Amino acid sequence: MSQLTTRPQENAAGAGANAASAVSRGKGGSIAAHTTWMTGRQLRAVIRQPAYVAIMLVQPVIWLFLFGSLFRKVVELPGFGAPSYLDYLVPGVVIMSALSASMWSGMTVLEEIDRGIMDRFLVLPLHRSAIINASAVLQATITALQSIIIVLLGWAGGAHYAGGIGGLLVLIVASVLVAILFSAFSNTVGMLARQRETIIGINSFLLLPLTFLSTAFMAEALMPHWMRIVANCNPVNWALEAGRNAMTASPDWSRVLLQGGGLALLAVAATALSVLMFRSYQKSV
Amino acid sequence: MTMDTAAPAPPRAATAAPPAIEAHDLVKTYPKGIRALDGISFAVPAGTVFALLGPNGAGKSTTVKILTTLAQADSGTAIVAGLDVRAKPAQVRHKIGVVAQRSGADPVATGRENILLSGRIQGLRGRELARRADELLGRFGLADAAGRRVRTYSGGMQRRLDVVMGLVHQPAVLFLDEPTSGLDPESRSAMWSEIGRLSASEGLTILLTTHYLEEADHLASRLAIVDKGRIVARGTPDELKGELHGDAVHLELASHTAREHVLAALAPVTTIREIQVDGDSVSARADEGATAVPSVLAALESAGVPVRAATVARPSLDDVYLRYAGRRFAEADQAPATPALSGGSR
Repeated sequence: MSQLTTRPQENAAGAGANAASAVSRGKGGSIAAHTTWMTGRQLRAVIRQPAYVAIMLVQPVIWLFLFGSLFRKVVELPGFGAPSYLDYLVPGVVIMSALSASMWSGMTVLEEIDRGIMDRFLVLPLHRSAIINASAVLQATITALQSIIIVLLGWAGGAHYAGGIGGLLVLIVASVLVAILFSAFSNTVGMLARQRETIIGINSFLLLPLTFLSTAFMAEALMPHWMRIVANCNPVNWALEAGRNAMTASPDWSRVLLQGGGLALLAVAATALSVLMFRSYQKSV
Repeated sequence: MTMDTAAPAPPRAATAAPPAIEAHDLVKTYPKGIRALDGISFAVPAGTVFALLGPNGAGKSTTVKILTTLAQADSGTAIVAGLDVRAKPAQVRHKIGVVAQRSGADPVATGRENILLSGRIQGLRGRELARRADELLGRFGLADAAGRRVRTYSGGMQRRLDVVMGLVHQPAVLFLDEPTSGLDPESRSAMWSEIGRLSASEGLTILLTTHYLEEADHLASRLAIVDKGRIVARGTPDELKGELHGDAVHLELASHTAREHVLAALAPVTTIREIQVDGDSVSARADEGATAVPSVLAALESAGVPVRAATVARPSLDDVYLRYAGRRFAEADQAPATPALSGGSR
């Protein structure tokens, strides 16, 4: 709705008197075009930080093989219910990586506010929604790539994906939803607190509990009762369960849909919250 | 002398009739009750350079934020390039170029990439955009650095890039918020000549804020002095200085002399007025300082009051500021780096 009211009406008859600009120009561009440019800008920035790309690639490898070796024997515990720990671990590392990468999104927003980059974009005829969209599209793209790489690494290491391509797709979509959810949350925190330390604090506080209060590394059957209840309320766990379920030979699709749908709803809600926060930032300038 | 071959520029004079910027009674209060603007009104004729001059925190940047659609005033209206900033912000953004205090260039992108993105958002495309970018990069001495990341730019280069980004779409009004703050003297004078050229050759309307008195004096055809969210004086630099009625004459006496004695000695000298004696220093105003000094010296000599030094100063904007804001500019400005305020500038 707000996009409609802010569309520049270049060719409106009333603007004729102000046709002072000597540069002929077409339309300002659609929201999709603006989102693409803004995402491209950030993607380029990511690619130009080789250290970041290296960490993004190396970290999942470490987790896969570290946890893979450390917990190799847990599959032998009665009730674990998985043939190989690597099979079990791949979805866990995919979702944990999505979580830990997207949680830092708010730092970028903060940096752009601090440097005046945000304000520069706000005085341009840029669709406001493109700024928020770009952050989500960026995180989704990075996470999808990262997830595919982890799945391939797991496969190279000998993991079996009984659910085939369909199951893997569900896992990747689930990881993307986690990224959208937590990047929007992080952006909200960034714009609200306007302090790096707050984001760092919240992230260190949340990452491990969100990961370990889920079935990322340990089967639900082996968790204490209270932890199962907590895990059931943990959106990270919904993503894991949906992915893992879809990756079995005979998925329970209604459950996949329920958990995936819940995750999607939450991602939408977090995005809406970040949009609200962005509006209030604009008012605070 | 612009090099657009695609579309010849229509004569700017055609749009000269209404002011390019009209601010009317702008009020803005920030949370915690800080009143940044307390009823600011001014108008800027199209094609001129207008300066808002004042110390840090006077309300200059807030005014610019409102005029550039970044912030909203609590009350009051603002028209920029014929458009109400509150009613039609998106259209205003097409008409203006903004160089904010903080750079705003993406440090990880190259100079050229920054310009192209701004241009695209402004609706420029393809070859036309590339040509415009090249032209501006060349003109602002950034052609060689265009492919380098902005992170590697010096402060002066970054500032010039900011101006280029603001000009890429040939705006009708350019806002420069503290364009030379933090620049070394060489970069500052380069920026001054570029700003001067812009207004002369392109007929741009420029609103600049500054806390350098010298800068407003040098660049602006009209200026307003802002203090504590209000405009305390306005006019051309010469008008404002003219209101002080003449040059300042300062004398340093060789020895301490009774105030009455000095005043009595100077009483017959009709070319000076507003005589103030403070210890061994005497100050006065004269319409023509240079011609008044000899008779002043002669009068004091014959009264037996030896003078150690005499100086004549053209009134400076600092004197104007002192008069309207009731304090010296440097005292009001928290920033230590105010350039020397010699009265010698024109």
